Amino acid sequence: MVFFSQMLINGIVVGSIYGLVALGFVLIYRASGALNMANGEFVIIGPYVCLVLITAYDIPFFIALLITLVFSAILGLVVERLVVRPLQNAPVISVIMATIGLSSLLAGAVHMIWGHQTRVFPPIFPPTPVQIGGVIITPVYLWSFIVVIALLILFSLFFKFSKMGIAMRAVADDRTAASSMGISVKYVYAATWTIAAVVAAIGGVLLGNINGVSPSMAAIGLTVLPVVILGGLDSVFGAIVGGFIIGICQNLAGGYLDPLVGGGLKDVVPFIIVLLILMVKPHGLFGSRGIERV
Amino acid sequence: MRNLFVRECGNYKTSYSDDMKLFGTSGAKVKALLIVAVVALVPMIASNYWVGLLTLCAIASIGAIGLNILTGFTGQISIGVGAFLGVGGYASAILTSTYGVSFWISLPLAGLITAVIGGLFGIPSLRLKGLYLAIATLAAQVIILFVISRWTSVTGGTSGMTLSRPEIGSFALTSNTSYFYLSIIVLIFTILYATNLLRTRVGRAFLAVRDRDIAAQIMGINLFQYKVMAFAISSFFVGISGALLAHYTMIVSPELYDFHVSIEYLAMILIGGLGSVFGSILGAVFITLLPVGLSSMVDILTVYMPDLYQILSAFKEFVFGFVIILFLIFEPGGLAHIWLNMKKYFKLWPFSY
Repeated sequence: MVFFSQMLINGIVVGSIYGLVALGFVLIYRASGALNMANGEFVIIGPYVCLVLITAYDIPFFIALLITLVFSAILGLVVERLVVRPLQNAPVISVIMATIGLSSLLAGAVHMIWGHQTRVFPPIFPPTPVQIGGVIITPVYLWSFIVVIALLILFSLFFKFSKMGIAMRAVADDRTAASSMGISVKYVYAATWTIAAVVAAIGGVLLGNINGVSPSMAAIGLTVLPVVILGGLDSVFGAIVGGFIIGICQNLAGGYLDPLVGGGLKDVVPFIIVLLILMVKPHGLFGSRGIERV
Repeated sequence: MRNLFVRECGNYKTSYSDDMKLFGTSGAKVKALLIVAVVALVPMIASNYWVGLLTLCAIASIGAIGLNILTGFTGQISIGVGAFLGVGGYASAILTSTYGVSFWISLPLAGLITAVIGGLFGIPSLRLKGLYLAIATLAAQVIILFVISRWTSVTGGTSGMTLSRPEIGSFALTSNTSYFYLSIIVLIFTILYATNLLRTRVGRAFLAVRDRDIAAQIMGINLFQYKVMAFAISSFFVGISGALLAHYTMIVSPELYDFHVSIEYLAMILIGGLGSVFGSILGAVFITLLPVGLSSMVDILTVYMPDLYQILSAFKEFVFGFVIILFLIFEPGGLAHIWLNMKKYFKLWPFSY
């Protein structure tokens, strides 16, 4: 039972980070109809910058984090301006391929600058584990969960009440109509990519605190794809629920089934779930099904 | 016979059958034969290393044409090509090594097996579109590779399997040159099939599905049948390409077919030109030779920047991404479009106006 709850809680924590990274995907999909395959690289660049600021320049964590977020915001803006905007009217496959190219480019840059070895974050959260009902939780996990939940609430409020959030929803709904109502679509796009990059960086820093920072972390960009598809590409709520479902299933499968098949199931389970879901609900759990006209 | 190098300066076709001919002008057939002859003579002048590279180009071209039939002709995005190459390679490896089947039988069989599996994963395409389909094929990639690496009793697991070069009677195609000819012959058949496919009912149905699948359905095209067929035909060629590659490198192992391979093949058809057979070949040659070109560039640059060698692989990744983005932004039509523009320019040259 303790094993089960341990797996469950690990799943929830990992799932919350998936949800956060998936949020970045969903934001970009809603605004521009593009899938950002370079999200994984956005996730790793944040913690690397943060780590360099902390270790090389001796900047305290929270200031370093702030600078990292500003850096990520600029990265998002630059990417939007240089890669995404020229392809605004291109077919879907071009945009997907461009972000795949971008991911290769960024991954190459990260390897060239920081090399391949795993680096460890200096401990920021107290290392003594907390016990809740017999289940051991490291504070990093607990804090990640709290941060993610806080951010998700913040974003829900942002979309519901802020002017920018409403503008984003309008553009996602109908670009032409939004633009004729006086919303600058370009501005909204830029803001979307900025926010997505910042969210990815936060997710990356949390993940870096849990597992250490290495280029292989970019794999989360692929693992999160099933999350967004499961929840529905255009649903923020779906991204969060999908994150939890995939995180929990992954950890349970890893805990119980891995010994049977010889390991490695963690990376495959999300994709099996997604293939099954797509057979039944082609638009994911909470995605809106569009009506097609000829 | 007319002068080979004089091009028609306009469209002078007067009937549909004229327009649909495989070789539009009388010169075209001669030109095609000439190109084949030149390619056949390459091993006489090129070094062994280059013949090997060109073999890889030819094998990649077969796979790229296969993918282009699916993505370029029928408009179904697939990010799972890598795994299907793997299915072809493993099918041939298992057939020849475990069951002792001759290569000449196992090659088409590998294609057929891949076609069946490809068709199977194509079934969701009826309901899934665009990004959702892309992810479904990515799921196919991950699941197939997982099965390959865990089904140790059949596939040898992560350590992979070894293969041997094919034999004709007692003559084994161990030299690069002989394997080059084999690949080129298969490539020629693939080109003929793909260009002819476009001239048939099936090919036109594919194009209709790509342009607007619902409209195509209204006009009496059975969407399910044609989409699955596109997946199967495409996978057949990808499987053949995988089998040829496996017998060339004489080894198959799961990490040779990961996500990056799928991306490389997608890059081939995008850089070459979507929906163009000729473009697939150009793209395949470009992507295959890109790392080679980069390596030699790095060789020259190391004189000035000695650290460059350590980051060579990262540098390749960087340039690969950069090239893809540049092509997408500045020449979405790909190399095939550049070639077309060049031909157009010379049509009326030097009196273009």
